[in-house]
Amino acid sequence: MGILLTRRTRVIVQGITGREGSFHTKLMLEYGTRIIAGTSPGKKGQTVHGVPVYNTVGEIVREHGEVDASIIFVPARFAPDAVYEAVDNGVKLVVVITEGIPLHDELRFINYARRKGVVVVGPNTPGLMTPGEAKLGIMPSHVFAPGGIGIVSRSGTLTYEVARELSKHGLGVSTVVGLGGDPVTGLDFIEVYKMFSEDSLTKAVVVIGEIGGDAEERFSKYYASLPVKKPVVAYIAGRTAPPGKRMGHAGAIISMGIGDYSSKRRALEEAGVPVAETPSQIPFLLGES
Amino acid sequence: MKLFEYESKEIARRYGVQTPRGVVVSSPEEAAKVAEEFGSVVLKSQVLVGGRGLAGGILKAENPGDAYEKARELLGKVIKGERVEKLLVEEKICISREYYVSITVDRATRQITYLVSSMGGVEIEELARKYPEKIRRMSVDPSIGYSPYMGREAAVFMEVPWSLSNQVDQVLSAMYKIMVDYDAELVEFNPLALTCDNRLVALDAKIIIDDNSLFKHPELQALYGRGLTAYEKKAKELGFNYVELDGDIGVISNGAGLTMATMDAILYYGGRPANFLDIGGGAGRERVKEAVKLLLTHPKVKTLLVNIFGGITRCDEVAHGVLEALTETGVSKPVVVRMLGTNEEEGRRILAEKGIIVYSEMDEAVKKIVEYSRGG
Repeated sequence: MGILLTRRTRVIVQGITGREGSFHTKLMLEYGTRIIAGTSPGKKGQTVHGVPVYNTVGEIVREHGEVDASIIFVPARFAPDAVYEAVDNGVKLVVVITEGIPLHDELRFINYARRKGVVVVGPNTPGLMTPGEAKLGIMPSHVFAPGGIGIVSRSGTLTYEVARELSKHGLGVSTVVGLGGDPVTGLDFIEVYKMFSEDSLTKAVVVIGEIGGDAEERFSKYYASLPVKKPVVAYIAGRTAPPGKRMGHAGAIISMGIGDYSSKRRALEEAGVPVAETPSQIPFLLGES
Repeated sequence: MKLFEYESKEIARRYGVQTPRGVVVSSPEEAAKVAEEFGSVVLKSQVLVGGRGLAGGILKAENPGDAYEKARELLGKVIKGERVEKLLVEEKICISREYYVSITVDRATRQITYLVSSMGGVEIEELARKYPEKIRRMSVDPSIGYSPYMGREAAVFMEVPWSLSNQVDQVLSAMYKIMVDYDAELVEFNPLALTCDNRLVALDAKIIIDDNSLFKHPELQALYGRGLTAYEKKAKELGFNYVELDGDIGVISNGAGLTMATMDAILYYGGRPANFLDIGGGAGRERVKEAVKLLLTHPKVKTLLVNIFGGITRCDEVAHGVLEALTETGVSKPVVVRMLGTNEEEGRRILAEKGIIVYSEMDEAVKKIVEYSRGG
């Protein structure tokens, strides 16, 4: 099963003719993702790796019927518009790969989408993937084997590192969800954990957090309050990060006394979530839990 | 991007927020002249680092001669690594109370949020730790914006005399407008002071602009990169995410999370990272070369760890990049490479010829570099 995405999910790619959009359309198709069409204003009639291109999402819906999910590769200053276009055309899952979108624009489109019942993954995310089913993202698929571990992460390459460690120990992944590296994201750890807890394939969950904000602390509080729970193992990046400095991700910054490593680790451990010292320890902690 | 206090106050004044009268100076003579006009003054170092007050960056002067001496003391002083180039010289004003007000983005609720408190003049970190009950949060829906009841609510919570609640309304409303108009992450007045003649005045002001929004504000874009060290500036020009730390092991990795995890693993195995350098996606030969060169020539870097987890990265390209950097700089510092991706064997062979070991496991590579850094 997995969450959010299966091979039947009808997907469109917004910004399909760009370098990234076209390259990853190819990789997603090869993985089995059901891409029905793409958009690129002014490029109607072209095809990208056999996928028809349209000027608008509305055209796609009229020609091909309902769309379940969209993945957005549009440059930062046009990405908010692309999100509104998807939401207003009834798309229920929107994955925003784009990095560098203005914070206030993100606030507006995330609030708008959530109010309309639309799930936004990202922005600034590697996307999501249900191994063996489909990929709606840019992660290297070969490091993710199918299996029973759900992964929810604020990071990209670090997630691939963890997935590789899991594979080495014969552990596969039910679904991997990249929340995104920005201060404000469409989904948080609590929401994705809830989805995993209702998924029959997922037996345990790996939470990959980092410094900045209090998403990990909020998750800990929620998790501690649950009467019945699936095992969770965590890793938090940024133990060595100094306060007030942005560590690559817009959201990875300790500011106004919030978001340091020790607070996150303490909260998770108090909630009964073991925290790995290095990514390589995660499979062992999963084995113990 | 942080703005200087005087820049933040200029913006605040444009939105109707009162501030003390002040002049920006860069010489003791100018400071003395301002004191001639204002009488008692406060000289405030204009730096971007926090905690300048405790670091001795703010001094008072009673007369022009005094102001001259104090300005000479402050100008050129280094506060937490940052050199003081300018002072804001302000009139000293009589105040009866200090409040805290700020507006920021609340990640949890995905809303814009005010933080207000009756205890101003204390850093918010300390306030939150010691007196969380003294802070009031108020969320603003970004699709609706500020509503005047918030000003009344804040006035009541901060115990501002009710006759002045309209001034609180003006300040809070201005803060919201600044937040949105300037694409700010933070607008903070701390303290917002009640003067002896019953005015609310922003004694200090801090505005942080969202870096991702700078393209909308060309006038601010030119200011980008202030407060960075020479290496941080160079790294920024090369398009790397780079932060300096205290240790001696240089770190190059791809992706923010993996770069932090690499630094953390160094600490875990007993070493100390010298920096955070995220080379970004699609690390080709040129970018690897530039990154390695930057760190090899850094005096604090004694050994260097390159950790590239490539989905589509070509390892032979990474290997060539590392070798070219070593050749071009002529620096011989121990280098350890960990890489995964396509053409791994070829990359391994290229580096082995020059005596550089390539690991495929991160832990092994980290242990090795820590061993090297200890002189092993």
